[in-house]
Amino acid sequence: MKTSLRAPFKRGSLAGLATISASALLLSACGAAPEAGSGSSAGATDYTGCIVSDSGGFDDQSFNQSSYEGLKKAETDLGIKVNQVESKTNNDFDPNLRAMVSAGCDLTVTVGYLLGDATKAQATANPDSHFAIIDFGYETPISNVKPIIYDTAQAAFMAGYLAAGSTKTGTVATFGGIKIPTVTIFMDGYADGVKYYNEQKGKDVKLLGWNKEAKDGSFTGDFEKQDVGKQLTQNFLDSGADIVMPVAGPVGKGAGAALKEAKAAGKDVKLIWVDSDGYLTAPDYKDIMLSSVMKEMGDAVETVVKEDKDGKFSNTPYVGTLANEGVKLAPFHDFESQVPAELKAELDQISKDIVDGKLKVVSESSPKV
Amino acid sequence: MPENPKPQHAAGETPETAPEQTAAAAAVDTAGGAMEPSAVPATAQSGQLPGGPDTVLRKIFTGSGMVSVLAVLLALVIGGLLIASTDKQVAATSTYLFARPADFLAAVWNAATRSYIALFQGSVFNPRGNTAAAQFAPFTETLTIATPLITAGLGVALAFRAGLFNIGAQGQIIMAGILAAWVGFALDLPLGLHLLLVLVAGIIGGAVWGGLVGLLKARTGAHEVILTIMFNYIALYFLRYLLNTPAFQRPGETNPISPILEASAVYPQILGGQFRLHLGFVLAIAATVLVWWLLNRSTVGFEFRAVGANPKAAQTAGINVSRATILVMAIAGGLAGLSGVAQVAGTEKVLTDGVAATYGFDAITVALLGRSTPWGTFAAGLLFGAFRAGAVQMQIQTGTPIDIVLVVQSLIVLFIAAPPLVRAVFGLNPRRKKPARAAKSRRAATTGGAA
Repeated sequence: MKTSLRAPFKRGSLAGLATISASALLLSACGAAPEAGSGSSAGATDYTGCIVSDSGGFDDQSFNQSSYEGLKKAETDLGIKVNQVESKTNNDFDPNLRAMVSAGCDLTVTVGYLLGDATKAQATANPDSHFAIIDFGYETPISNVKPIIYDTAQAAFMAGYLAAGSTKTGTVATFGGIKIPTVTIFMDGYADGVKYYNEQKGKDVKLLGWNKEAKDGSFTGDFEKQDVGKQLTQNFLDSGADIVMPVAGPVGKGAGAALKEAKAAGKDVKLIWVDSDGYLTAPDYKDIMLSSVMKEMGDAVETVVKEDKDGKFSNTPYVGTLANEGVKLAPFHDFESQVPAELKAELDQISKDIVDGKLKVVSESSPKV
Repeated sequence: MPENPKPQHAAGETPETAPEQTAAAAAVDTAGGAMEPSAVPATAQSGQLPGGPDTVLRKIFTGSGMVSVLAVLLALVIGGLLIASTDKQVAATSTYLFARPADFLAAVWNAATRSYIALFQGSVFNPRGNTAAAQFAPFTETLTIATPLITAGLGVALAFRAGLFNIGAQGQIIMAGILAAWVGFALDLPLGLHLLLVLVAGIIGGAVWGGLVGLLKARTGAHEVILTIMFNYIALYFLRYLLNTPAFQRPGETNPISPILEASAVYPQILGGQFRLHLGFVLAIAATVLVWWLLNRSTVGFEFRAVGANPKAAQTAGINVSRATILVMAIAGGLAGLSGVAQVAGTEKVLTDGVAATYGFDAITVALLGRSTPWGTFAAGLLFGAFRAGAVQMQIQTGTPIDIVLVVQSLIVLFIAAPPLVRAVFGLNPRRKKPARAAKSRRAATTGGAA
């Protein structure tokens, strides 16, 4: 009988397990007990800032995470209370938002267009609560919802120009996660930057992965499958590209992996990160990180929280641009010495021209404000 | 379980065979859909009834209800320990465990109970509510979330009773959602008729998607597990494609999200505007009754069960196995379709690529926990609905990550798949009864070997 054979073994393994855990406890449990009645944290204010993620969660290395970090920063800097809740699926949005409102949140930050309807519904039902929504604007403004949106195309334009000016093979590439406006706006700006470089310099740098006119390009289909990103990047490399900008959150790491392999094989390749400064947030790819197209979501969230706390809430959308440094091109870090001074000067000029309105970067996905 | 097919006993009394071999053959049986004689040589050799009820999957799906209850209990205890292990207070007190052990134990107890109390308050009854309505609001939330779980779970359970392992509920929900949502936002129809059409469209969408699997299986012998997995992908990518076309987007926007369904196309909220509970829940109860009647009182249901118990015997007895396969998959798809309708016309009111959430896969767990009986599935759906509803409060009140609920759900499945483990933990393993021993232990070994 199998059971009878198994019985002693089971007892033995249980005993072993008990020994291991007991010794683990012994090692860690010998400290002295603290004095009773330790102080509790000082509640500076009773203002509560809350955040509801979309299904990506607060560790998505993308907009959920940046927004959450902004709110946590407000917790430290402004002494507010913070309440956060993650959504696992689209079905969680409505219950999560309801729970936040009934938990007494003064301002609730919601992340992404998918939460647009749920935010609108709760905002309408609770006119005294304030909301801020990241990366989504309403056609008809709602009095207690502040959209936080970005004209990312402006910074991506500079990245496109930088890529076109740095390529050795005359071909650069980009790809996206899912074809949504917040992704394609990067690709539009990037494409226009390359085009602008070609016009200015009479060159013919090719762009793979996005066709602005046809509104079509390469997408991995989600923000999770890094291997798909790696394969796409491999294809771009095989087609002669040497600089790639992945607009796909964590899938960008797949691109990084492919580029690192190519670099190890002796190719001169570079990566352009998005959302945050990849040199700091994806340090594995430091040595190929040319620059990053940054969206300063954390700062924006903190600013909005501060305004609301000071009683200066307004529903006028916050639009991140080059002018208010809501979007920008990250420093070159290790590539500082390799980017020619002339190219840097041109980029500065482009940035000035965009801020002054002399140079218009137009994307179908740009915020319509 | 009175509706269990009789051959159950016969299988227990078959002569000793190598458990592993039986397990392997069993897996082949359920998996291979023992419709073609060539598909089950291993079973035939072992002298077992081919496609018989002693298969591992069948056992897992139709085992005793007691194991279900104990599995839930055990999973909750382990979940509590996990919550405690991530708690800061517990970590702090564990450093001086020997100096003052009471602190540590109190912290463990506090962490676990605080989370579970929040879970309860978020899913059943909230004593802090001002009015009776507010106090029972969490329970209506549980019912709301349980609705799609119940109907999709019924689909999985029904198919399983006919011997088909339907993991295509996800795709069936999506196809139903697409059709129902389109009818809901694109057509302009009078009140009543509109909702009825949404409902019919959704059921047809699910039924066709499920029925296609049945058809392919019956006609070509293709495996339903592979078919349903692939059909899930096809449905999801089809949905994503549609959401990228202007016909499924809001005018003037390019986000992959459909217009909101017309007011005439959504389920009425049966307890008034402040609760999300909608008519879909009533339909879920009706569906449960229907499936119960179908399985236990109708000829078709008898045929389903006969095919599930032993397709070849059923065929010999004059039952049209192909027809039963197609029909049961279509009905299962239709039931999953009800979940799709509950999503687009009940809670979400829009179509996104997350319309099915994880309901299609949770439905498998629900059917598993409910032992593939209609009312068992209903109860399991309510339990999982409560977990989901309570998780929100748990996360907000205690900061316990919502993932812990998924861990508990997974542990439940794990324990249900390993009944001997559960029995051992609760000291229920039979040791005294001599006559029962041989059969029981062999069965235990078989199940254990696969689990």
